[in-house]
Amino acid sequence: MSELVAAEVGLEAKRRITRGELIWRRFLRNKTAVFGAAGILFLLLLTLAGPYLLYWKFDDIDTNAFLSAPDGAHLLGTTQAGRDVLALAIRGLGKSLLIGFLVALISTSISALVGASAAYLGGWYEKSMLWIIDLLLVIPSFFLIAVASRGAPEGEASWLILVVLLAAFAWPLSARVVRSLTLSIREREYVLAAKFMGLSSFRIIVRHILPNASSLLIIDATLGVGYAILSETGLSYFGFGVQAPDTSLGTLIGEGASMATTFPWIFLGPATVLVFLVMCVNAVGDGLRDALDPSSASGGQV
Amino acid sequence: MLRYIGKRLLNYLVLLYVAVSLTYLLAATQLNPRALFALRQPPVPADIVEAQLLQYNLSDHVPLFERYWIWLSGVFRGDWGYSPLGVSVAEQIGNRMWVSLRLLLVGTLAGILIGVAVGAWSATRQYRLSDRTITVVSLLIISTPAFVIGHVAQMLAIGVNNATGTRFFEFIGETGEVGSYPLAWLVDRGQHLLLPTLVLIILGAASMSRIQRNLMLDSLGADYVRTARAKGLPQGKAVMKHALRTALIPTGTYVAFSVATMFVGATFTERIFSFPGIGQYGVDTITNRDINGIVAVTAFAGVCVLIGAILSDIMVAILDPRVRLA
Repeated sequence: MSELVAAEVGLEAKRRITRGELIWRRFLRNKTAVFGAAGILFLLLLTLAGPYLLYWKFDDIDTNAFLSAPDGAHLLGTTQAGRDVLALAIRGLGKSLLIGFLVALISTSISALVGASAAYLGGWYEKSMLWIIDLLLVIPSFFLIAVASRGAPEGEASWLILVVLLAAFAWPLSARVVRSLTLSIREREYVLAAKFMGLSSFRIIVRHILPNASSLLIIDATLGVGYAILSETGLSYFGFGVQAPDTSLGTLIGEGASMATTFPWIFLGPATVLVFLVMCVNAVGDGLRDALDPSSASGGQV
Repeated sequence: MLRYIGKRLLNYLVLLYVAVSLTYLLAATQLNPRALFALRQPPVPADIVEAQLLQYNLSDHVPLFERYWIWLSGVFRGDWGYSPLGVSVAEQIGNRMWVSLRLLLVGTLAGILIGVAVGAWSATRQYRLSDRTITVVSLLIISTPAFVIGHVAQMLAIGVNNATGTRFFEFIGETGEVGSYPLAWLVDRGQHLLLPTLVLIILGAASMSRIQRNLMLDSLGADYVRTARAKGLPQGKAVMKHALRTALIPTGTYVAFSVATMFVGATFTERIFSFPGIGQYGVDTITNRDINGIVAVTAFAGVCVLIGAILSDIMVAILDPRVRLA
């Protein structure tokens, strides 16, 4: 029996760990990144469970408490219209999270497909794609998104248009990086082998090129979440992004900032939530970069 | 070499032309200046509104491409058009440009300098307490949106003012009450610039220090630095002459780019501290449905980006002997 255990232990020690396990270990070793991941999970839970746990809904108006300071009834106080700041902040947080993740997902997908196909197909297609990328980088996206969202139809789903607009301007820079990475991948033997076996270009890109650029894409998507959240709240701060009656952390901060000296809670609550959220996303992004980078020194011993 | 630069310049110009044209078409379809007059009390008669809009080439009753053609031929004559209420766009940009420059010059440059120094220094002390502290602080600042930092700075300044019973920190506009002593105007301007400049320095230094730290870590680990040490150069000299110098090349391109684009980069700071600069103008034009205005701001920003791109090309040529001597 004991021999069996010993043999097992011996085997265990010799077993090579997979790449996934290695990345996971490296990630766990980075305390800041783990803290960030826990923070995002906590915020996600808060947005999902918050509306059921709180007495006040985000569009409720408490006619007994206009601009009241934080107390037992309203944990983060109320706004000028008598709306509960905590409920509003959680609602805005949910919007920001949703927009952030959707924009990152869409823009990373576009940059992966455009960047890889431009490098793989080459020729006129590559030239015109690079030209479009340059074009999108020349114009200040902040103003253009604001202009486009001003004329967009209003209503419940207007934030979806904002997602499309943010994603449309977020992909060019990383598409360039994916392209230069693909330029070296496309000369590899396994890509050539797939090509000579008669696989279609699309299949080669999706099955053989993009998986080999996956670390870059994962990092890009994570950092894209932070970028999208900052853009969305910045636009909403000026009143261009998420439209009333819906709310965003940026809208709340913009509203609270004008009264920040006399009624600081309307500003401080949402601002703290926003900074915490972006910090968690950035921490996870940094941790993933260290964990996924093969030349990274942060891994220590295996 | 000249031919190459000429070709690039031409490409940039075409790029700019297409970008600005697309912006015009987008703005002309998305912004509706007619709505500006709809809420007027007493109501403005429809034909007067139409006449005013026609005068400034803003009427949506005229076909889009006809309006575009009128606008474009105006631009080639140097006329960037008027706002729906008749304010000259070129004049606005011309005035506001200098406001932005006055606000941003010191803050941007000081932010870059401090960021480079802090980043390079913290790289030489990697994983020590000072490096970790700097890393955490800069990550915290990078994760904080500019509009939050601006307002927090304002709140703190008000706190200091109230505690000391003075008005040391000024945070509204470019100038205020000017005293009667000599050089009072300079002190007044300085007081108004102090807080926004601090905010710009904090923002710029935080992101620059991250970039410079990574660059410096790469070059500190390079073989030629070890060679320099091995042949007997003192550590300080090896760091300054061999590691820092190479680590500054990408920074040079970045600086060239950010100096050129700084005019449009501080929308939030201008808004919070009520500086009527270009960034603030961009936001105002969109709120006020000023088609010609926002297109001109976009064109201005595009020119800045392209000048930045050209400057950073030149900077690389100056700093990198491989490019310079090629």
